[in-house]
Amino acid sequence: MSDPKITPELIRQHNLTDEEYQLILKQLGREPNITELGIFSVMWSEHCSYKNTRSLLKGFPTRSSNVLVPAGEENAGVIDIGDGLAVAFKIESHNHPSAVEPFQGATTGVGGIIRDIFTMGARPICAVNSLRFGKLDSPEVRRLFRGVVAGIGHYGNCFGIPTVAGEVYFDESYEGNPLVNAFSLGVLRHEQIARGAAQGIGNPVFYVGPATGRDGLAGAAFASQDLTEESAEQQRGAVQVGDPFMEKLCMEACLELLATGAVAGIQDMGAAGLTCSTCETAARGGTGIEIELDKVPQRGPGMSPYEIMLSESQERMLIIVHKGREDDVKRIFDKWDLPWAEIGFVTDTGQMVVKHHGEVVADLPAAKLADEAPIYHREAIEPEYLKETRGLDLHSIQDTTDVEGDLHALMAWPTIASKNWVYRQYDYTVRNGTMVHPGSDAAVIRVKPDSLPVLSEDSPNRDVIPPEKYLAMSVDGNGAYVYLDPYEGGKIAVAEAARNLACSGAVPLGTTDNLNFGNPHNPELFWQLKEAVRGLADACTYFEAPVTGGNVSLYNQNPKGAIDPTPTVAMVGLIEDPSHITTQWFKNEGDVILLIGESLDSDDPYQGLGGSAYLKVRHGLKKGLPPRCDLTVEKNIHNALRGWIAQGAIQSAHDCSEGGLAVALGECCISGESARHTPHLIGAEIQLKRAEQDRLDALLFGETQGRIIISVPSVFVGKITGQAEVMNIPVEKIGTVGGKTLSIVVDKHQFDWDLSKLHDAWFNSIDQIMES
Amino acid sequence: MTQVDTETELSTISDQGNASKFSFGVLQFPGSNSDQDCVNAIEVLGHEAHYVWHKEESLGHLDAVLVPGGFSYGDYLRAGAIARFSPVMRALADFAENGGLVLGVCNGFQILCEAGLLPGALILNRSLQFRSEFVHLSTVNSDTPFTKAIPADQLMRVPIAHGEGCYFADGSTLNEMESHGQILWKYATAQGDVEDHANPNGSVHGIAGVCNKAGNVAALMPHPERACQEAIGSADGQWIFRSLIEHLKDAK
Repeated sequence: MSDPKITPELIRQHNLTDEEYQLILKQLGREPNITELGIFSVMWSEHCSYKNTRSLLKGFPTRSSNVLVPAGEENAGVIDIGDGLAVAFKIESHNHPSAVEPFQGATTGVGGIIRDIFTMGARPICAVNSLRFGKLDSPEVRRLFRGVVAGIGHYGNCFGIPTVAGEVYFDESYEGNPLVNAFSLGVLRHEQIARGAAQGIGNPVFYVGPATGRDGLAGAAFASQDLTEESAEQQRGAVQVGDPFMEKLCMEACLELLATGAVAGIQDMGAAGLTCSTCETAARGGTGIEIELDKVPQRGPGMSPYEIMLSESQERMLIIVHKGREDDVKRIFDKWDLPWAEIGFVTDTGQMVVKHHGEVVADLPAAKLADEAPIYHREAIEPEYLKETRGLDLHSIQDTTDVEGDLHALMAWPTIASKNWVYRQYDYTVRNGTMVHPGSDAAVIRVKPDSLPVLSEDSPNRDVIPPEKYLAMSVDGNGAYVYLDPYEGGKIAVAEAARNLACSGAVPLGTTDNLNFGNPHNPELFWQLKEAVRGLADACTYFEAPVTGGNVSLYNQNPKGAIDPTPTVAMVGLIEDPSHITTQWFKNEGDVILLIGESLDSDDPYQGLGGSAYLKVRHGLKKGLPPRCDLTVEKNIHNALRGWIAQGAIQSAHDCSEGGLAVALGECCISGESARHTPHLIGAEIQLKRAEQDRLDALLFGETQGRIIISVPSVFVGKITGQAEVMNIPVEKIGTVGGKTLSIVVDKHQFDWDLSKLHDAWFNSIDQIMES
Repeated sequence: MTQVDTETELSTISDQGNASKFSFGVLQFPGSNSDQDCVNAIEVLGHEAHYVWHKEESLGHLDAVLVPGGFSYGDYLRAGAIARFSPVMRALADFAENGGLVLGVCNGFQILCEAGLLPGALILNRSLQFRSEFVHLSTVNSDTPFTKAIPADQLMRVPIAHGEGCYFADGSTLNEMESHGQILWKYATAQGDVEDHANPNGSVHGIAGVCNKAGNVAALMPHPERACQEAIGSADGQWIFRSLIEHLKDAK
């Protein structure tokens, strides 16, 4: 059977433009065959090549004195955490597959990110995820939500790492385009960092893991286009199928193999499977690779070279082994009963050569494929819609007359409500490392000796027991803010992550970002991307939390429109001492409640209500400008808080975000719990000062940035307020912990909330929607 | 009800003059994922833990064996269904037959039931969802190697993490188990009441853990090995391991 002829139609079906095809002709000096066309189409897809965003991503800060492997070099960045230990972490999306097949889309998203971590030689020890869905009143949205959460739980739980933190937002802009961003973090010793380069001419190339099937075929190309009504039917085959059990075995075997010193290079087969792993390792090594597809384990008979090269069957790894060490692979993979096959060798030609039944079916320049995809500088035009959104006149909105109803509505709003329906499906205690479970501002896990991959027998560190380390993690990203002001919204996403880390007692170490945006060919949407990246970059630089890697997911739109531009930011921080670990709920009756930061930004024409949850929930509006983010103010506040935590002064710390001060106070009163049906409700008596021009709704629910609520034993109050004055940080006493209600007094008005009722509305909101 | 401050209480139980450490085996199946947690718990308590690979046909000299949590063999077929055919399980059956102490946790419970070493079976949570949360356990029979060190009325706060944790046994089996004191732990409220809403998975009679008739093999769905240090949420799980250690000491 002869190959199909390359026609313009076929080129289009492969998501390549005519210009790109011309470039291929130029690079090859001839026409490609169908297999080669397929290879180019996945390697030059947005997902693999970042062709539309590479120029923007250059703006990210990627270096610091802690960075051991910077962004862009390998599958994940690596950061030093002291005492010879390091962490590898990254976030990635699986949005398009989850829209079509939520369980498998989400589960393989988790599987994929875990592989990116252990391919660096690190043992993955936790997962975090950031999710976006449409509104929960739609049965279709509930179906996606249920499937995605079950899929995430399935992979993490079976693989055996705790899923310790996350966020979920519900907004109509994500209807039909759910966002599933999965993060994982692993640990290793510096000496264990593994690279994905095909080193050593003549070294054998091994394939390990389950057989290759037709699932996930061209998933990378699928991810690089808009979703349509036909997508669900046509693209289901592009959704990969995951097996976390297989991946657990594969990881253990790979880590054991790495400890033998037999590995010259290792790369997981993720997007674009065998294609990407062979060509990227060759490109990094400055070498070539030759493989014979007959040797690749296949799930069914008669798979074509095209299918084998483009398959995204999961849980497979490519391992380049030092010549002479082949027996180590066989011994270890046989021990774990895992399939393996020697499929090729490293050459010095710089070409990626693929054979099938002994005949060459692809012969392509590896470096050109991996590194010389076209780079586009798309047009960016400030969107028309901003004229309307920025035209909001706050005076046209009546101030609140039902504060009690407002708080109830906000606390029950799914985006703000407790996410326990989600995280009670995630094992968060496995590996005995989780010190702050889901439910606080940031998760905290500890790194202990069994967190590390097994060491090589001749390592000088064999008998060195490293000290415990404490890591905090948070993932954040408010799409509404970015929609209304991409630059400011981008800054805030980072500032919020840093603030959450500070509240847990941590110093930021590094960041990983997932940019979820619409079609980059639309100049207005590209402008959103450009501006958001600028905001993210400025803030990451300011907080000295370099970007270690991340992911770009474009084309998140369907015929109804694009999603709110949503960069999600996952930040990792280090806590010096376990006594500094801080949680968000009030602890003791009698503790004094202080507010760090200005309660209202006098320069904000929207008084913190622009883009706020309150404006959305109570007035159905997504308008205005988001609150201003002053990076200097933020950094000073975070530093001050960490200092007070180190002095032992802080009982609880919680930042103000969606829903503002009143929601944050509510959460401080009701979010503590020790077990099933065992919440620890603890009241507060609050008195707030209000200037004449301050709206009541803005004071209580405005989302002015740079604010943290702390509770401290009364004996520390003088010290804190004194130090704050010297540091020029606004700190004000706003109340006392105690009682059975949350009571807020503003001027002559007193507002009260019964804690059990508030807790019931907040805790059970999503459960009631999903389980009735 | 006054609760003993577990960590303080336990720290005063000293291994007076007992320099020897007991040796706990921790079975490892493909897909076990809480094996390192069992090792961690035993080491926190100052004793030795050794992994025993599923292909081993002999356990070696061990004082007790732990069958850990996880998804052995991917939970293919039924949770624990394939693990029971592993070579190491024959050695385990012999060990149990000779009175050796065996404690199964979560997937370990499932494996022991599939292997016929414990009565009953574990099926899908009634919620049809995976459940991960801290629960309270009330001890029903304090006169076993697994419970003898647990103070009267002491509730244990320990985490669960399972999708198939609903314990089932038919009426006559349950009657027999009850009359032989084989019900060891039940799910309870923070006040110690064994009530429906304290039950996270629908287990009959709120049963969280059981033992065999001979009283040397026990298992529970909650994870005591994940509750041996306050730093990670609770140290109450230590009571179960302390009971085993005390029993081993008494037997010497």
